Amino acid sequence: MNSRNSRIGLILFFLYLLFYGGFVLINTFSPTTMEATPIAGINVAILYGFGLIVFAFVLALLYGFLCNQEGDEQ
Amino acid sequence: MIYDPSPIAIVIFLLFVGITIGLSFYLGKQAKSSEGYFAAHGQIPWFVNGVAFAGDYLSAASFLGICGMIAFYGYDGFLYSIGYLAGWIVALFVVAEPMKRLGKFTFADALNSKFNSRGIKLAAGISTLVVSIFYLIPQMVGAGVLVKPLLGLEHWAGVVIVGVVVIVIVVTAGMMSTTWVQFLKGSLLVIFSAVLTVMILERGFEAKPGVDQTQTVTKKADGEMLVNGLPLGSGDGQAMLSPVGHISRLPGDVSSTGPLGPLDFFRTLRESEVVLWSSEKVIDDDGSVTTTYRPKPTPGSQVLRPGEHPKFKGIRGDNFLDKLNFLSLMLALFCGTASLPHILIRYYTVKNAAAARKSTIVGIGCIGFFYVLTLYLGLGAMTSGALDVTDSNMAAPLLALSMSELLFAIISAIAFTTVLGTVSGLILASAGAVAHDLVGSFTSSELSGHQQVRIAKFASVVVGVIAIVLGILFKEMNVSYLVGWAFSVAASANLPALVMLLFWKRTTAQGIIAAIVVGMTSSLAWVLLSADTYSKVYGLPAEDALVPFSQPGIVTIPLGFITLIAVSLLTGERQ
Repeated sequence: MNSRNSRIGLILFFLYLLFYGGFVLINTFSPTTMEATPIAGINVAILYGFGLIVFAFVLALLYGFLCNQEGDEQ
Repeated sequence: MIYDPSPIAIVIFLLFVGITIGLSFYLGKQAKSSEGYFAAHGQIPWFVNGVAFAGDYLSAASFLGICGMIAFYGYDGFLYSIGYLAGWIVALFVVAEPMKRLGKFTFADALNSKFNSRGIKLAAGISTLVVSIFYLIPQMVGAGVLVKPLLGLEHWAGVVIVGVVVIVIVVTAGMMSTTWVQFLKGSLLVIFSAVLTVMILERGFEAKPGVDQTQTVTKKADGEMLVNGLPLGSGDGQAMLSPVGHISRLPGDVSSTGPLGPLDFFRTLRESEVVLWSSEKVIDDDGSVTTTYRPKPTPGSQVLRPGEHPKFKGIRGDNFLDKLNFLSLMLALFCGTASLPHILIRYYTVKNAAAARKSTIVGIGCIGFFYVLTLYLGLGAMTSGALDVTDSNMAAPLLALSMSELLFAIISAIAFTTVLGTVSGLILASAGAVAHDLVGSFTSSELSGHQQVRIAKFASVVVGVIAIVLGILFKEMNVSYLVGWAFSVAASANLPALVMLLFWKRTTAQGIIAAIVVGMTSSLAWVLLSADTYSKVYGLPAEDALVPFSQPGIVTIPLGFITLIAVSLLTGERQ
């Protein structure tokens, strides 16, 4: 088991979980917040939604970058 | 006139399907051993495997279901896009590398790596089979939806065609050809969705006030169809449904906007008024069913907010159970991806854990990009003036039709081959589970590779036939909603076992078996007893349903974890 990789993985996982959980909870308990248009006339629903998708990719790249390459070759 | 099967469309369609099948045969010949059949010898390059992830994952549900839901109700369909993508975070950060390290062919291998227990093989094999069949239903429904306008065939014919073609592909080929076909489809789907999105932005919006009128569809007891009270048809004294999907007012009361930027698109729509449709079904005494579709002008700001779809309305109300239902769905989407058998087996087609990780990152890139596009595609379809008011699943192909016939043919063909590919992957996953896990758990001696492949091929035929039958039975339902259920069952049955095995040292074989069995049966029972199944499948009143809300995940996923912990503590040795 490559413990360094799995530790990084878990940290990033919880980071994303926080961000995703926030989105789901706002939708559930304060859906009107999603209608506000804080930036450039685009509502929170779209900003946060696109944000979640882009953030997932950024974290994925970060993970690939941080992971220990040598440990995998066996 | 909404559908008009044209020769070009049919030719392109047949060409696509022909190439796909030809490729499958060609590549299938190269895989002789059982390792080749089930895991492509572990020799697929990571980049190809990553795009193949996208091909596997972006199924009929993503393309047809999500676009259709956005086109008919606005933002809500995009919630699925977000949830489906978030699931990949679990796959990458938690599951990908251990799956590759621990297993050889199937998900059960990985679970069983520590214990060598027949019970685990049996339980994991059955759960793979159940989840795959559940996930197959929406794919088959999607296939039926697609052939209707394209080839002018009935729903059941589409389902049967897909079923038969896929059985042929899987029986003659294997994981090698499935992977390359998925790679091609994944790339084509993403590229052409991007092309469509550019065309939507280029076209901008056009206002058409007052063109929409109430429409009715009557299905008489003898099967005759009436549209607006007249027989269905294009001749004299006959009527067809008019295509729908218009903007009734643009900001500043202009008649068209011209090309729009990616953000202008949302800004303009938010200040416009769009005509959505409500439907109401009435059953007469003589057995005829009349559905009335009424235009419902809706402010753009409502279209772009969550909570407009009937299934999601609950988040705007005060009923706590409705809110719980939503949370439950979003949880299942998050946990489900990393539990889907046809995704998990893709980790065995690459050479090592690093390749598994890299291909997942590529997959996330492709899939994320596609999901961003779904919002444009769905809203573009909503305002394309080409929709069929009776069928949300057709929104994406009809959007393409509003651009050009050629594009319609290409998009439909891609969608159809996507169904073929996803169905092949699922049937292969089930066949692998039967050959390795189920049969392996009953026989004492190890089967030869050749025997395993033979059993797998036989199992493919059986699973394929089951999928065909279910695809015909479930045709009424939006494919995206069905997939939500498949995710719930997958997450409840498989995720607790997988996660606890990796992170909790005291997990026992009995604990894993119990978690799989309890997670699977409880989520399955919940779905079968829910209000949606009552009203749409059994035809019973929704109020009679035995469970309080439709999505099981929020109850059954924790239940799987609790079961595993309790049973492991009871059966584990004292430390």
